[in-house]
Amino acid sequence: MAKVTLLYFASLRDAAGASSETLETAAPDLSALYGEARSRHGFALPVERLRVAVDGAFARWEDAVRDGAEIAFIPPVSGG
Amino acid sequence: MSRFRIADQPFDIAPLRARLLHERAGAFAAFEGWVRDHNEGRPVHGLRYEAYVELAEAEGERILGEALEKFGILDACAVHRVGDLAIGDLAVWVGASAAHRDAAFDACRWIIDEVKARVPIWKHERYADGHAGWLHPRQTTPSDAG
Repeated sequence: MAKVTLLYFASLRDAAGASSETLETAAPDLSALYGEARSRHGFALPVERLRVAVDGAFARWEDAVRDGAEIAFIPPVSGG
Repeated sequence: MSRFRIADQPFDIAPLRARLLHERAGAFAAFEGWVRDHNEGRPVHGLRYEAYVELAEAEGERILGEALEKFGILDACAVHRVGDLAIGDLAVWVGASAAHRDAAFDACRWIIDEVKARVPIWKHERYADGHAGWLHPRQTTPSDAG
């Protein structure tokens, strides 16, 4: 099990009702971790439309979930 | 000094332009993105930008560094607002200085397109009909430019 902090932005934060949460997970990779969060909070966006970041840097969905990591799910951006 | 910044308050553009002045520069181009009163045919009353600040500033910095290499410009910088904005407010500013105008124009255009596509900033619009929502476009295109 890894203890991680998840960060939520924009529509994901609205759906989760929180901007972050800390939890323990057995998810083998970041993609599976998003799947868990998606089913828990009912996120509409599929993983294919998101990017993921770990500790403030973009990461890959197949990366393993590291204990103590701060993980952000990045929905499609709309700045500018 | 960082070239890309997220600002949670209105900012002055004169110092941004001033920092791009350079004896070798013969050209300067800037882009301003403003909050407009409509989006995709719907009247907009106002909007809010939110960013993942740490990652947004790192990615913005990366884009400006890439622009310096790609276009051979002398310098560039950009600032993007977060928080509540009203119609007509300045949402984003990009500036580039170069020896010649082609590189300055091209770099400025490329930077704003990359910022819109890559930097973790999200727009929440409030519409005249009372609805509101986050914009999560399927693909960012230049025609979305503010």
